[in-house]
Amino acid sequence: MKKVFQKPESLTDAKNHYCPGCSHGLIHRLIAECMDEMNIREKTIGICPVGCSVLAYDYFNCDMLEAAHGRAPAIATAIKRLLPDRFLFTYQGDGDLASIGMAEIVHASARGEKITVIFVNNTLYGMTGGQMAPTTLLGQVTTTSPYGRKAENEGYPMKMAELLSSNEGSAYICRTAVNNPANINRTKRAIKKAFQVQEKGLGFSMVEILSACPTNWGLNPLDAMKWIEDNMVPYYPLGEFKVKEEQ
Amino acid sequence: MAKGKVKFFTDRCKACGLCIEFCPKDVLGFDEHTINILGYHPIKDLKPELCTGCAICGVVCPDLVIEVERE
Amino acid sequence: MERVLMKGNEALAEGAILAGCRGFFGYPITPSSEIAEYMARKMPKIGGVFVQAESELAAINMVYGGASTGARVMTASSSPGLSLKQEGISFISEAELPCLIVNVSRGGPGLGGIQPAQSDYFQATRGGGHGDYHTIVLAPSGSQEMMDFAMEAFELADKYRIPVMIMAEGTLGNIMEPILMREPVTKFSEKPWATTGCRGRKPNIVNTLHLGNEELESRNHQLFNKYQIIKENEKRADAFLVEDAEIVVVAFGIMSRIVKKAVIEARKKGVKAGLVRPVTLWPFPDEHIRTAAKNARLFLSVEISMGQMIQDIQLALAGRVPVEFYGRIGFTPNPEEILQEIMRLAEREGL
Ligand SMILES: Cc1ncc(C[n+]2csc(CCOP(=O)(O)OP(=O)(O)O)c2C)c(N)n1
Ligand code: SF4
Ligand code: SF4
Ligand code: SF4
Repeated sequence: MKKVFQKPESLTDAKNHYCPGCSHGLIHRLIAECMDEMNIREKTIGICPVGCSVLAYDYFNCDMLEAAHGRAPAIATAIKRLLPDRFLFTYQGDGDLASIGMAEIVHASARGEKITVIFVNNTLYGMTGGQMAPTTLLGQVTTTSPYGRKAENEGYPMKMAELLSSNEGSAYICRTAVNNPANINRTKRAIKKAFQVQEKGLGFSMVEILSACPTNWGLNPLDAMKWIEDNMVPYYPLGEFKVKEEQ
Repeated sequence: MAKGKVKFFTDRCKACGLCIEFCPKDVLGFDEHTINILGYHPIKDLKPELCTGCAICGVVCPDLVIEVERE
Repeated sequence: MERVLMKGNEALAEGAILAGCRGFFGYPITPSSEIAEYMARKMPKIGGVFVQAESELAAINMVYGGASTGARVMTASSSPGLSLKQEGISFISEAELPCLIVNVSRGGPGLGGIQPAQSDYFQATRGGGHGDYHTIVLAPSGSQEMMDFAMEAFELADKYRIPVMIMAEGTLGNIMEPILMREPVTKFSEKPWATTGCRGRKPNIVNTLHLGNEELESRNHQLFNKYQIIKENEKRADAFLVEDAEIVVVAFGIMSRIVKKAVIEARKKGVKAGLVRPVTLWPFPDEHIRTAAKNARLFLSVEISMGQMIQDIQLALAGRVPVEFYGRIGFTPNPEEILQEIMRLAEREGL
């Protein structure tokens, strides 16, 4: 018998603190598998956000920083500029990236910073108890949109992959989901591609991942996966939005 | 058909059921006679003889519970 | 040694480069922008990094990232910009990342004006952001010190793993004075905590989160033990004619030079005036203040603000000697008006 699936070396043995069926743990593993396969663990520096994944520095087996809410791309920018041969990734939720950290992410992308952003879109603020995020869907009930998000009042959900793909500095922008095995595999391929884009120095790369927050959605883990398919994918289409080829 | 074997770090299992749902061979189920350190009935291979070692269970598990071997 | 004529802002920037600073992250604001402009010209030529950030928030977080690599990095801004940087300074203090933060300060509150001011004294010396912390604050009084303090700031920052702030009034950034160029620093301390990729070692983590009650308390105690050591070792002030002084004037930065003139004039008029000039605003040189109080009947704090440092002088004197205040904002008090104030007080006290 041959081992065909096991914990990647780029993750520590620590048990994660996420809720049952939360996608964060799974996405951590996909990143770590890519680090293993590209043999870059020892030159990778990761930056965690403020959000449910704030403790990710305990889970990744590489140098890690914890950022102030939304500022990870600025931190990554400086490290990458000072240490250009290292791998930099930021790991950010939708509140972190699309609300408080909007300026930092847009400008890191515009400058074409050679960093990889893993953007976990679960349509709300998980850590603080399920408040509305810029990515909350129209009609979606959250603790701060208790009657459902309305365009007149709260505006429209933001499409970050589309937005950032319009920046010249963005070299690879992709949106995936982790609601079934096929999409999980696509997500991993996208993360790998983003890392390769960074390796080649082509520019900014981001993978937006449609993810489940069963707890704040009030759904069991399986229904949460269906919810991604039924509600998120129609508004947030999957696919590659920007692929800059090597010159 | 390839022959597979799944191994579990049951202490990590949060009984989300994703692996059970996505296992194409219906190998997996909860061990209702056990409660793990996290307070859940953890995962168990109820029909190990059907396992092909496809590793889908490992791929969908958010908690690094599962290791898969294949012949 | 070469003597050159340099603007204060440029002397500071050059001092930072001589100290080995290889990363500058900033956002333009008068009267600090010349530091960024100087760095934009110089950094690419010496293998350094210059990034014009999208905001002061981004700039200070770039400093957080840059410092975490172990490189000597800095940012420079002016008062409204410093307000935005406070979040980052709190994080940098907790993560104990050495760096230089420059405030070429101007008048507030709000957008205020671009006139030189010292009204960010509280913000600088009390921490400024959330949580219990301090930064070392140096207050230069001329171009030479703009250069020298920039160099010293990096040494202090590395020695104590602490952000060091230089607070200089806009005037200091702009005046041109001849200065002695210094030799570049060649010896740097090891930084085994830096996040540079974990080749050949265990992963390093730069972190400011401490969820456990005991962990949080012990972290704060660790920081405060360090602050205590800094208080014991690093308080600095210059004293001028204080031995027999009956009126001790206290002023920092550019104000200290102006007050010195007034003190000399007061002496000519037979008033025993003296001057204490705090060089470190934090830790505040309270012992120097107490030493100068030996024969003092009165202290006078002269500031370009509505009165902030006066509170530290009062704390240092603990009621032993009364402390008066003279300050303006929008204007820098001139030697004549300070002399007038000294003479008024001398007459009132019968000195
Ligand atoms: C400056 C600041 N504002 C607000 C917060 C509170 N806060 C913590 S996490 C969070 C939102 C996290 O949501 P998201 O980024 O979507 O991540 P998730 O928890 O869903 O993974 C907020 C608002 C904070 N820590 N800092
Ligand atoms: S609250 Fe939501 S995002 Fe946070 S750990 Fe739980 S399921 Fe995951
Ligand atoms: S390896 Fe495949 S067949 Fe075996 S338990 Fe896992 S999912 Fe089922
Ligand atoms: S997916 Fe993992 S955590 Fe969920 S039930 Fe299966 S083994 Fe347990």
